[in-house]
Amino acid sequence: MSSQTLVESRLDPANAVYREVVPAGSPWMHEVKKGQTFRILDLEGNQAADTIFYSLERPTEEHYSAVDTIRAQGNAYLTTGSVLMSNEGNPMLTITADTCGRHDTLGGACSAESNQVRYALDKKPMHNCRDSFLTAIAESHYGLTKRDIVPNINFFMNVPLTAEGGLTFEDGISDAGKYVEMRAEMDVIALVSNCPQLNNPCNAYNPTPVEMLVWD
Amino acid sequence: MNTSPELNTPIVHRDTLPGARYWSLVVKRGFCLRLVDRDGRANVSTLLYNPINPLERYNAPDTLKGQHTSKLTRGNMLYSDMGRVMMSIVDDSLGWHDTIGGISDAAMVREKYGEHGYQQYGNDFYRSGRELFLIELEKWNLGRRDLVPNLNFFSKVHADADGTLMFDPEHSQPGAHIDLRAEMDTLVVLNTAPHPMDADPEYRPGEIDLVIYRSEPVVPAYDYCVNFRPENARAYANTAIHNCQEAYS
Repeated sequence: MSSQTLVESRLDPANAVYREVVPAGSPWMHEVKKGQTFRILDLEGNQAADTIFYSLERPTEEHYSAVDTIRAQGNAYLTTGSVLMSNEGNPMLTITADTCGRHDTLGGACSAESNQVRYALDKKPMHNCRDSFLTAIAESHYGLTKRDIVPNINFFMNVPLTAEGGLTFEDGISDAGKYVEMRAEMDVIALVSNCPQLNNPCNAYNPTPVEMLVWD
Repeated sequence: MNTSPELNTPIVHRDTLPGARYWSLVVKRGFCLRLVDRDGRANVSTLLYNPINPLERYNAPDTLKGQHTSKLTRGNMLYSDMGRVMMSIVDDSLGWHDTIGGISDAAMVREKYGEHGYQQYGNDFYRSGRELFLIELEKWNLGRRDLVPNLNFFSKVHADADGTLMFDPEHSQPGAHIDLRAEMDTLVVLNTAPHPMDADPEYRPGEIDLVIYRSEPVVPAYDYCVNFRPENARAYANTAIHNCQEAYS
């Protein structure tokens, strides 16, 4: 796995301008301004953070794009140096530190309906990331709707592609205290679902809190 | 050249689409759409929507993670974001169709192939996948917000162990075909612009044949696609509810 580049941050949490612990299963939505650095910290380990970024200036027009990001870098996984691209071909954020080494951008978020298909038809009542996304945008004032819930990043998730075209869901490679950090290249809105999935090992069957930090 | 197999069922529509053109139609449940790569150079970028609620659309992550694959072939189903199957791949001569490459935009086409506008080149002007998608989507009151990650039929993008992505220029063949069976009424929006990772230095988008024919009746208990994976059977069960069909076991 030579593409995994572990890079530690020099930033001191004591100097962060914002710190917030997001409980398991909760959404979080926050503006990150151009030049600020944003960190997601996996407090207890193996916790997936489903994330979409929107342009603050025009949230319903410009958002994170998985296909543009992986095509621009020629690689399916995200790590230090990856530039998160928008659907308009603009850099939104650059990953500047990563102690996990690989993050997924193909698997998307869980929903009540995808849980039915993946696990069992009677799983529909279980809490899921799309519900968290929809709750957060419905309570916000950006004009976002379900139409804007596009395929997201799964920070801390390891979903390798095989040479034969398979997509495999491996146990998490994250651990307590691991983090990913990125610098905003434009003003963005970060929308995160701290994943409540209990049907697969993406959260080690035990969803736990994550911490969000922002530095100027 | 068209070497795809003869159909024993009534054909209701047949058309040829040149390279770098668009097409859309609501393919009704019970009908199949066959796409044929005439010269072995085609790329068919495709999106699917539910015509009665276009917020329901083909969802790449759900399709891929539900079937543990990044490529699509016979047996795979195309899932919506609502846990339903929209179309099933009932036949396929290639074994691999791309789901992760996306589309080109005008800047990419200009950078790769040079300026080639209508004023100088008339209808041979160069067009991007994004431009063609947007033209056709607008006709259905859809637009940029609805441009989600698409399918690229006849193209192959694969990854090495490090995740490096590669486009296979030798993948498709003259006469290659894929047959898609609509399991619910499905708005199909497609275009024939080149794949954005196509390394061909010349802009030579391939033309395709489109054939719509009536499907054999689906017997879920014995159907290849429904039984290809347990996830497919569950997605099909959700589609049966959507269609007010009787449940099956």
